[in-house]
Amino acid sequence: MGASLKEIKRQSVAVDKTRQITRAMNMVAASKLKSAQLKMENFRPYADKLMGVFGSLAGRAESTTSPLLAVREPRRVRVIMMTSDRGLCAGFNTNIIKEVGNFTKEKNEEGLEVSLVAVGKKGRDSFRKKGNIVDEYVEKLGSFDMSLATEIAEEAVPSFIAEEYDELYLCYNEFRNVSSQKPVMIRLLPASTVGSGVAESESTIEYIYEPSEEQLLAHIIPMYLRVLIYRGLLETSAGEHGSRMVAMDNATSNCEEMIQSLTQQFNRARQAAITAELMDIVGGTEALSAKK
Amino acid sequence: MADELILEIVTPEKLAFSDIVGEVTLSGSEGEFGVLIGHAPLLSSVKFGELNYTKDNKKTYYVAGEGYVEITNLKATVLVESIEKAESILKEEAQKAKESAETELAGMNKDDADYERVKNTLDRANERLKVAEKV
Repeated sequence: MGASLKEIKRQSVAVDKTRQITRAMNMVAASKLKSAQLKMENFRPYADKLMGVFGSLAGRAESTTSPLLAVREPRRVRVIMMTSDRGLCAGFNTNIIKEVGNFTKEKNEEGLEVSLVAVGKKGRDSFRKKGNIVDEYVEKLGSFDMSLATEIAEEAVPSFIAEEYDELYLCYNEFRNVSSQKPVMIRLLPASTVGSGVAESESTIEYIYEPSEEQLLAHIIPMYLRVLIYRGLLETSAGEHGSRMVAMDNATSNCEEMIQSLTQQFNRARQAAITAELMDIVGGTEALSAKK
Repeated sequence: MADELILEIVTPEKLAFSDIVGEVTLSGSEGEFGVLIGHAPLLSSVKFGELNYTKDNKKTYYVAGEGYVEITNLKATVLVESIEKAESILKEEAQKAKESAETELAGMNKDDADYERVKNTLDRANERLKVAEKV
C-alpha cells in the first residue's frame, strides 16, 4: 500500500485535470471536423465538374499542347507534403512522414534527386535536417481557402516549366472516415489523363470549344492543379481533426480508467488506515483492562 | 423573354447560385457573350469580369473570377473561383485597391517580375468598380 493517502489524492486530482483538457480538446476537434467536412462537401460539385471536363479534354490533347503536360525523363522530383501544424493527433503526421521518407529513399536509389515543399509545421520540422525543403507553408491550415492552393500552385508551376524539376507529387492523408486516414501519393505534374480521380466523361455531346480545345485545356490545367491541391488541403484538415478527436477520446477514457483505479487504491489505503487505527485502540484498551 | 434557362454557379466554397433565368451574359476569354435557352453546346473559358442574368426582366450583376462555363441546351453551368454580387462590393475597398495598385505600377518597369501580378490586381479592381457602379 506504498503511497500515502495524500499522495494518491494528489495524483487523482492531476489525472482529472488532464481528463478535462483531453475532453475539451476532443470537443473542439469534433466541431472543427464538422466544419472541415462541410467545406469538403461544398467543394465536391466544383471538383467533380472540373475533373469531368479535364478528363474529356485531356483525353484528346497532344502532350505538346501545354508545357504542363510535358513528359521528361525524370531526374529531379518534387513532393508537396501535407501534414498538420499541431501534434496530439495519433499517427496522422507520422504516417505521412514515413511515406515521404520511403518515397525519397526509393527515388534516391533510382538516382533521382528529391526536393520537398512542406505544408504544415510537423512535416517541416521532421525533414528540416534530413530533407531538402525548398518551400514551406506553416501555420496556414488554421483557416484557409482556395487562395492557399493557388499560392502553392503558382509557386510550383513556374519551376516545373523552367525544368527545375521534372515531376511533381502530392502526398497527403486521404480522409476516409473519422478514424481512418490513409496516406496517398499522387502525381500532379506532368498532368496526365490516367491519373487518379479523373473521371471518364460519359457525355457524348459535341461541344463548341471557345477558345480552341488546346487553349481551353491550357487554361484548365492550372485550375485542375489547384483543385487537387485544395482537395489535399481539405482532406488534411478534416483528417487532422478527425484523428485528434479519436486520439483525445482514447486519452479521455484512459484518464477515466486511471482515476477509477486511483480511487480504488485510495479507498483501500483509507480502509487500511482505519483498520490500523482500530487495532491500535483495541490493543490499547486490552492492555489497559489487562492492567486492572 | 420567359425564364427557362437553368443557371448554376459553382465555386470551390459552395454551389453559389441555382435558379431558372432568362438570359445570362458572361465575360468569355474571347469577349462578352450572351446565352439563351437552346444555345448550342459550348465550353468556354471565362475571365475575371462581369456576369449578369435576367430574371423577371430584371438584371442582376455579379463579378465572377476565372473559370469556365459549360452550356448545354437547357442549362448553363458556370465554374468560377469566386463570385461576388454587385451590391456586396465595397466600393471604398475596391477604390483603395485600385489606387495602391496604380501607385505601385507607376514605379515599375514592364519587365519586372511583379508587373503582371500588379497589373492583374489593377484590372480586377477596375472591373469590380465598374460592376459596382451598375447598381
